[in-house]
Amino acid sequence: MKKTMYEKIWDSHLVVDAAGQAPLLYVDRHLMHEVTSPQAFEGLRLSGRKVRNPHSILATMDHCVPTKNRDLPIADPIAKKQIETMAENCLANGLNLYDMKNPNNGVIHVVVPEHGFVHPGMVVVCGDSHTATHGAFGALAFGIGTSEVEHVMATQTLPQKKSKTMQVVVNGSLSKYASAKDIALAITGKIGTAGGTGYVIEYTGSAIRELTMEGRMTLCNMAIEAGARAGLVAPDEKTYEYLKGREFAPSGQNWDQALAYWKSLTSDEGAEFDTTIVLEGAEIAPQVSWGTSPEQVVGVDGVVPSPESFADEGKRKACEGALAYMGLTANTKITDIPVDLVFIGSCTNGRIEDFRIAAEVAKGTKVAAGVTALAVPGSYHVKKQAEDEGLDKIFIEAGWEWRDPGCSMCLAMNGDELTKGQRSASTSNRNFEGRQGKGGRTHLVSPAMAAAAAAAGHFVDIRTL
Amino acid sequence: MEPYLKHESIAALMDRSNVDTDQIIPKQFLKKVERSGFGIHLFHDWRFNDDGSDNAEFELNKPAFKGAKILVAGDNFGCGSSREHAPWAIADYGFNTIISTSYADIFYNNCFKNGILAIRVNQDQLEQLMAEINANEGVCFTIDLENQQVITPAGNGFSFEIDPFRKGNLLSGLDDIGLTLKHEAKITEYEQQHKQNFPWLWA
Repeated sequence: MKKTMYEKIWDSHLVVDAAGQAPLLYVDRHLMHEVTSPQAFEGLRLSGRKVRNPHSILATMDHCVPTKNRDLPIADPIAKKQIETMAENCLANGLNLYDMKNPNNGVIHVVVPEHGFVHPGMVVVCGDSHTATHGAFGALAFGIGTSEVEHVMATQTLPQKKSKTMQVVVNGSLSKYASAKDIALAITGKIGTAGGTGYVIEYTGSAIRELTMEGRMTLCNMAIEAGARAGLVAPDEKTYEYLKGREFAPSGQNWDQALAYWKSLTSDEGAEFDTTIVLEGAEIAPQVSWGTSPEQVVGVDGVVPSPESFADEGKRKACEGALAYMGLTANTKITDIPVDLVFIGSCTNGRIEDFRIAAEVAKGTKVAAGVTALAVPGSYHVKKQAEDEGLDKIFIEAGWEWRDPGCSMCLAMNGDELTKGQRSASTSNRNFEGRQGKGGRTHLVSPAMAAAAAAAGHFVDIRTL
Repeated sequence: MEPYLKHESIAALMDRSNVDTDQIIPKQFLKKVERSGFGIHLFHDWRFNDDGSDNAEFELNKPAFKGAKILVAGDNFGCGSSREHAPWAIADYGFNTIISTSYADIFYNNCFKNGILAIRVNQDQLEQLMAEINANEGVCFTIDLENQQVITPAGNGFSFEIDPFRKGNLLSGLDDIGLTLKHEAKITEYEQQHKQNFPWLWA
């Protein structure tokens, strides 16, 4: 039978498939951060169970960590306790932790690929919905809850329901000004935040093949925003090139064996997907979200829609609510929307390529009066690489703040946040109400669009620069 | 986990779709290292005014919905992050049942790990339930998981589908990990084979 990549990975990880219970899937890699793990460790302790395979785990601290003055103690006592608990749990269980002061520290989904910890064909989990990121390597990677984190620690398996398969084809090439982020937002706009529910998406087509590994990570990262369990991109030469020589990548004879296996993983010619969506790469304009859900997006040359423009009653009501929360009037041109704060970073857009692209736009500009601009690298390695290339100077000279790595304003748990009514251009992944601070208004964009908005003080169609 | 028993309870209504986990439990409450005590923060930003008083506009603050165990809500409930703090908050607040047309995958899984029955209904059924609550706020529905029935005073009752594995666990209150560990021998056998097939994963 012809199989999709998802089906191949599923079949090779099936431990038990007995009648009357959910199939048990083997887990190769388990990623951890401080927010969704403490209660899992507690559960393990209370039941007298042990971590079955400590080597399968890589942990970092990212959600609550300060992005400046890291030498000072964390001011928030509850965050401090969470950070300390993470360190204690990792030490007690013999887990590899890149703590706040470790030179490998950063956002989990940025750090893990840097070290070659995820390979094609693996099953990867983390108590974090953006685990989907690692699908960029052709690994089946998905977010789980804390009870499941405990389950994986104790058993190295998870009861799972098999997903349906969705193929998202992006034909042709992207225009020079569109990026993986714009593809992700355009897909979510097209199918909605529940459009992928119950599915694993495989991204195919020439525009996907042309993406760098960083771009593929951005794209798969936001599979969850379309409701999908995971996103996948078939591995190719770019994948192998990226992995080769990294700390946890196979080497020597193992490399040849692994490579042969990885090459066998791609979906068979003619394998059937349950559903297929097609986009034309050239038609994808730089996207800007206007509402409080990632499906509420429009091209930068568009306008804020009116509730009446939605036939569906639910969508009409959602639009009304979003406009009220966002302080926007229907039919306002996107390029007329001012911004107060610009954030470049997160597991979506906090990689070296993102800062290179943003720096290119920021070079020689000045952050507009009244605007705060934060550049928050996804990891210390990204930070160092950027500094080696002189990108930090470009940002600093343009009036940006150049910070230490962390999740920062993506979900504003560490003190970096919007105040009520403030409006951001953000390269993160969610524009939910209050996500970046209570009453804060988030517009999701690509790094280039964010950098252009910082200089202009409002959104700019970067195709006209 | 407490076994899920047949019960008759007030059904509260949230007539909104795409209710996301950032609303269910806003990020400022995710820093605790315990599982308990999240109920007081459920829907915090919608539920409370800036001065900390109850927001009278927010539906769950209606006196008629006080003590509700059943939450009837719009499509795609629980979208967004994987935070299990969301079902912890929902359960701690007092809900043990959610009725909607669809749920985000991770949230749906998380509910069942915490004794919450998430029932999927079709659009017509949801609209009927919503209309019945709107016409009679404080109305009680009966949930009979054993027989997979929702029963309402106006006779809008219907049966619902549920995975037998999830149903069994809820009814018995059984721990998933214990069930999986019954397969210990098979896991070990798989692991041995896995090491042979993929030696580079274990190097």
